[in-house]
Amino acid sequence: MTHIVYVPIDATARSVGADDVAAAIAREAAARGEPVQIVRNGTRGLCWLEPLVEVVTPAGRVAYGPVDVADVASLFAADFLRGGAHPLAHGRTDDITWLKGQERLTFARVGLTDPLSLADYKEHGGLRGLRAALSAKTGSDIVEELVRSGLRGRGGAAFPAGIKWRTVAGAPGPQKYVCCNADEGDSGTFSDRMLMEGDPYVLLEGMTIAGLAVGADQGYIYLRSEYPDAERTLMAAIEAARAAGWLGRDVLGSGRAFDIELRRGAGAYICGEETAMLESLEGKRGMVRPKPPLPAISGLFGKPTVINNVITLASVPIILDRGAQFYADYGMGRSRGTLPFQLAGNIKRGGLVEKAFGLTLRELVYDYGGGTASGRPVRAVQVGGPLGPYLPESKFDVPLDYEVFAAAGGMIGHGGLVVFDDTVDMALMARYAMEFCAIESCGKCTPCRIGSTRGVEVIDRIRNNERRGPNLALLRDLCDTMTHGSLCAMGGLTPAPVLSALEHFPEDFQR
Amino acid sequence: MSAAPPEVELTIDGVVVRAPAGSTIWEAARAAGIEIPVLCHDPRYRPVGVCRMCVVDVGGRVLAASCVRPCEPGMKVTASGPEIEAHRKLLTALLLADQPQAPSQQRPEGSDLVALGRRYGLVGEGASADLLGLPRGTGRPQDPSSPVIGVDHQACILCDRCVRACDELQSNEVITRSGKGYGAKIAFDLDLPMGSSSCVSCGECMDACPTDALVNKPLAPRRRRPLPLAPAPEPKPAPPQPTALRQVPTLCPYCGVGCSVTAHVDEANNKVAWIDGRDSRVSDRRLCVKGRYGFDYATHPQRLTQPLIRREDSYPKGPLSSALRVKEGKRPGGLVDYAEVMPHFREASWDEALDLVARRLLEIRERHGSSALAGFGSAKGSNEEAYLFQKLVRVGFGTNNVDHCTRLCHASSVAALMETIGSGAVSTTFRDIENSDVALLVGTNATSNHPVAATFFKQAAKRGCKLLVIDPHRPQLADFAHRYVRIRPGTDVAFFNGVLHEIIRRGLYDRNFVAERTEGFERLKATVEHYSPKVAAQLCGLDEQEIVDVAVTWGSARAAICFWGMGVSQHVHGTDNARCLISLVLLTGQVGRPGTGLHPLRGQNNVQGASDAGLIPMVFPDYQSVKDPAIRGRFEAAWGTQLDAQPGLTVVEIMHAALLKDIRGMYVQGENPFVSDPNTEKVRKALAALDFLVVQDIFMTETAEFADVVLPASSFFEKTGTYTNTDRRVQIGRPVLKLPGAARLDWDIMCEIGRRMGAPGFEFTRIEDVFAEFAALTESYRGLSYESLGLEGKLWPCKDPVHEDGQVVLFERDFPSGRGKFVPAEFAPPNELPSPEFPFVLTTGRLLEHWHTGTMTRRASALETIESEPYADMRPADMAALGLLEGDEIAVTSRRGSITLKVRASEAPGAGSIFIPFCWREAAANVLTSDALDPFGKIPEFKFSAVRVEKLRAPTLADLDGAAE
Repeated sequence: MTHIVYVPIDATARSVGADDVAAAIAREAAARGEPVQIVRNGTRGLCWLEPLVEVVTPAGRVAYGPVDVADVASLFAADFLRGGAHPLAHGRTDDITWLKGQERLTFARVGLTDPLSLADYKEHGGLRGLRAALSAKTGSDIVEELVRSGLRGRGGAAFPAGIKWRTVAGAPGPQKYVCCNADEGDSGTFSDRMLMEGDPYVLLEGMTIAGLAVGADQGYIYLRSEYPDAERTLMAAIEAARAAGWLGRDVLGSGRAFDIELRRGAGAYICGEETAMLESLEGKRGMVRPKPPLPAISGLFGKPTVINNVITLASVPIILDRGAQFYADYGMGRSRGTLPFQLAGNIKRGGLVEKAFGLTLRELVYDYGGGTASGRPVRAVQVGGPLGPYLPESKFDVPLDYEVFAAAGGMIGHGGLVVFDDTVDMALMARYAMEFCAIESCGKCTPCRIGSTRGVEVIDRIRNNERRGPNLALLRDLCDTMTHGSLCAMGGLTPAPVLSALEHFPEDFQR
Repeated sequence: MSAAPPEVELTIDGVVVRAPAGSTIWEAARAAGIEIPVLCHDPRYRPVGVCRMCVVDVGGRVLAASCVRPCEPGMKVTASGPEIEAHRKLLTALLLADQPQAPSQQRPEGSDLVALGRRYGLVGEGASADLLGLPRGTGRPQDPSSPVIGVDHQACILCDRCVRACDELQSNEVITRSGKGYGAKIAFDLDLPMGSSSCVSCGECMDACPTDALVNKPLAPRRRRPLPLAPAPEPKPAPPQPTALRQVPTLCPYCGVGCSVTAHVDEANNKVAWIDGRDSRVSDRRLCVKGRYGFDYATHPQRLTQPLIRREDSYPKGPLSSALRVKEGKRPGGLVDYAEVMPHFREASWDEALDLVARRLLEIRERHGSSALAGFGSAKGSNEEAYLFQKLVRVGFGTNNVDHCTRLCHASSVAALMETIGSGAVSTTFRDIENSDVALLVGTNATSNHPVAATFFKQAAKRGCKLLVIDPHRPQLADFAHRYVRIRPGTDVAFFNGVLHEIIRRGLYDRNFVAERTEGFERLKATVEHYSPKVAAQLCGLDEQEIVDVAVTWGSARAAICFWGMGVSQHVHGTDNARCLISLVLLTGQVGRPGTGLHPLRGQNNVQGASDAGLIPMVFPDYQSVKDPAIRGRFEAAWGTQLDAQPGLTVVEIMHAALLKDIRGMYVQGENPFVSDPNTEKVRKALAALDFLVVQDIFMTETAEFADVVLPASSFFEKTGTYTNTDRRVQIGRPVLKLPGAARLDWDIMCEIGRRMGAPGFEFTRIEDVFAEFAALTESYRGLSYESLGLEGKLWPCKDPVHEDGQVVLFERDFPSGRGKFVPAEFAPPNELPSPEFPFVLTTGRLLEHWHTGTMTRRASALETIESEPYADMRPADMAALGLLEGDEIAVTSRRGSITLKVRASEAPGAGSIFIPFCWREAAANVLTSDALDPFGKIPEFKFSAVRVEKLRAPTLADLDGAAE
């Protein structure tokens, strides 16, 4: 009997040698005359265990990791193909504590399946959401289902997705678009990439449902250039979906048209800002547009446009499949459903944790993450990307709910966590926030372009003990004008990490 | 009930404000008298909201830029107050902290940014120098590569005004941004130095700039253009003293568009410091490189300042400079060599010179009769000068032998228009294209020759007006065209007959209009019957569909307008070409309504006015025939003398007559026929054959080398006068400079000659009186006066000059001729077809930078710096076939002569065609052209001569070194 071995094809796994491991396993199996079928699956999200090799046994999938090429011979020797004992063995994958407590709705298939296998996809619940959408009476039925689910934009702004769709659906005009923002540029975030590499069809399905809901026949994925693996996977998935008849002129025989094109960015952070992304999609310089008009009214090429992030759109199929209530049963307050959190930075067990809203940083950083990789005490966590505030331990027990967390001075954003130990210089991190803006600003508006540059210089003065009092006041004035006067959230939120560092770690500015 | 435009009501700083729906908060505030400071915003451009100076509180999470935020009903806006003002102050400080430490302050009123700095107490008296303690930005570079505009990136605040000015107003689309973050900066093309980019130096960006990032360079004497890769570093020019400048509202002296300008005059030095566009219904403050930077010819050291009389030992007459004596090939130098020419003349007093002129002209009249005299007036002079000149020739000389350069540009168009509708002027203004959905542009290279008009054409195209561009020489406007059709040179009649055929076949013509307002339809139909698109396409070298497309687009238009230029008129069948265009307009009823009509784009600043004033051999002022006894009687009564009943000779005919000694004495004012007229060799002989030639000009022209007397005259910038642009708009040019030396006003000189010849009616003391006499003798100008013309001028006809601007659209109900007449034309080939010996088709024309024969523009330092040496354009494929590379020196030879010049690669000429601008005296294209004439308009065929092209040599390293000096 042929043994089925899973070796992830995810970029994280590949970066630590998964391709070599897969080849070594194939070689060794051939040499030993063991019939083996290697499946390149997505990642389970246990990044510290990659490459995480799984073997199908009668008891279920059994995990070994992190596997080095040098370990392959010993794994065969330990008869890992039949679940044999080995120092790298973690037992049944489903029983790994890290995974067991998770609530994987959006990432339900990621790591389980061959990302490009349509058969796998369907076998694991794929296309059920789209079929449900097609059987809905009208687009507005779909929209209202989404509204009831409470799904909010997962890109950072957390705007209710259903309301946005309702606006687009109600906007006049025959031509509308669905744009997927896959310009995942925030530091410490990777959930979009893992999803696109591990389960591309769910994104295509979500976009198709969005198209049906609002009356758009064309979708665009704006993918950051740093994700070549995701690009390859998505391109192949789009082709396969077209060939299978669920993208194109006649979606699943419904008579409705929807197709998707992938466009690659060119490395600018600001192109993740939705209006800059539209400019870039139109072939122009990626610069922010003033709002209003909202893209929902006048978006791509001036047409009503749904813009959602990858995770938002990938969460749509399960909502249509299982119903709004199923999804809304997860979470707390006005934060319904789950969020794939991403643990990064100085952390012992980095990876992806999809959980319902309401858990705390402490659970994520310690229970899942196991504390710092350096073994030193955690001093700060930056949540929500480079524009998110730095939070001290005193905030670690605040529930991760958009409103509650914001009230405590945090920002969930895209759900990325970057952990720092006690060796961090928070004044330097404040400087970094300003410098990031000075480099990545689109340069269009004055406060963001010049304010951030002057901000770096003022922080340097403070760190050099030059006229600290007046310079601290000036820094706060700069932050105030950037917050209130900037054209978009890039300049508007850059002060957040700066001010949080000043508030929580004032001693670092006094050296 | 009429639907009032919907309004929204909002509150701004506690004041209830009503504003039209769709207005921005800034607009609503301004209308309500509430001031919100702006820096990046200018109502002429699309708002972008980048400087953030205009932020207001609308109750949102953050502030909103009022210049882009639309008003919403019930909105409560806080537009002032300490918090908002604090933000504005910090923003101003941020921008000031990025500025060079000592801004040059070229703008007399100080830059907009400096004004904001004063408002917030950051600059000026009592301001602390430390700008709120902000660190200073440094290190961004300057770009000195443009000959006219200085770029200082350090002073740039990235307001995008220049970008929008270039994109939205001029549609040149040169300026953009490059880089991101703090490293973002404005960029030209793909971040080239400005001087190496596709910039056409119109200066719109400079005008838009609210800081000193883009400033006019003080015009320097001509230097060779630096090599693009290594622009010579240049010290920052010393700023002119703004307080010394006087502002004079006047006009641009160049083309027929007639842009309004403000001249900033340095009176102490009698110089124009710089020129800005002025608000007007014609030009909307826009200018081109000639209008903005081409003014310093007037103060060129070669200005004539004393009357000159040819020395006895310089006879027999002939060209004086060695450059003109060379009969073939390239001749040295771009300007007449004064050191060589001037010794042949001696300075004389005005009395001596004028007496001599009067005496010699009278002698010739005595001995050979009035018809032995002739005069060339000028379309560059004012209406008053044109009127006086033709009066002098008619009254003083006693002949109708008076003509001017209209003969070389639109004579055929005027002939066709007079014949078909009875009026030679445009039926509507060029800006009426704003109301058109289709515009036909035939044989016009408007971006070079009517650059500001072209900006409105491009804007119309971007708005959705379909431009149909028909031209064998691909004009830049083709980039904006709905359809560009490259017909074979000289096949216009075949093409338009094909279009007419198809419109009739498809029934796309206006039956009512044809029935009620035209005559001769059946004749037209019978003629174009033979020109099916298939037949026409074969004649024109086209695909049949191209003709059908144009026919259907034009035929289906709601409002369609037809513009044409010299590509139509300068043919031996130029009148036929224009007849076809007129037939097209009449057939489809596309005249007499907004957005429709006939608009031959007039070339020179006053070619319309000079024609109106009667500088035409067949007609008195206002196109009144000299043959009509009643009309003649009126003019005889007005002018107090008997007048010649015979129409006079035209420009080229006068030259023929001079050769035959039928014409013996000539008065040439502000024209340069030696360079402008066809077949130079013939002109040379003709000018040398004259018994007496008096030339009145501001420079020693090539023509003046043949003169017996040269009279120093006034430049545009030194006199008062009215000028009539291509739209029929009569505008006042005002004096800016003092006359140099003993030079005199042109009208004053003409009156002197008239009086000394004993002619009646030259006793004027004020230019306004000349205008009044002229206007009273016309229908069109009657009622107009200097007082009513004011700053913006008036369109003629104008029934009520006190209250009205004049009539934009003519012929709403009928034509001056009553019905419009279809005059069908049969296709005929050009005069001189290519042969194995002369296989190329030569087309001549103009450049953006140089105008007419270059007497003015080649003495304008900026223009001569940008385009300083003769060149021909050829297609790369044709060049390759001849083994030519860009920059190679070639000889171009026709049956009449040969010139040498450099070759440039361009996709504009068609296959087998070569384009040569006629402004280069040292490689004068008219050495090659033929003097064959259109039988009706008497216009020569500048657009079609058969020539041969040969390679002479490739450029050497020494040539390049020379260019880098």
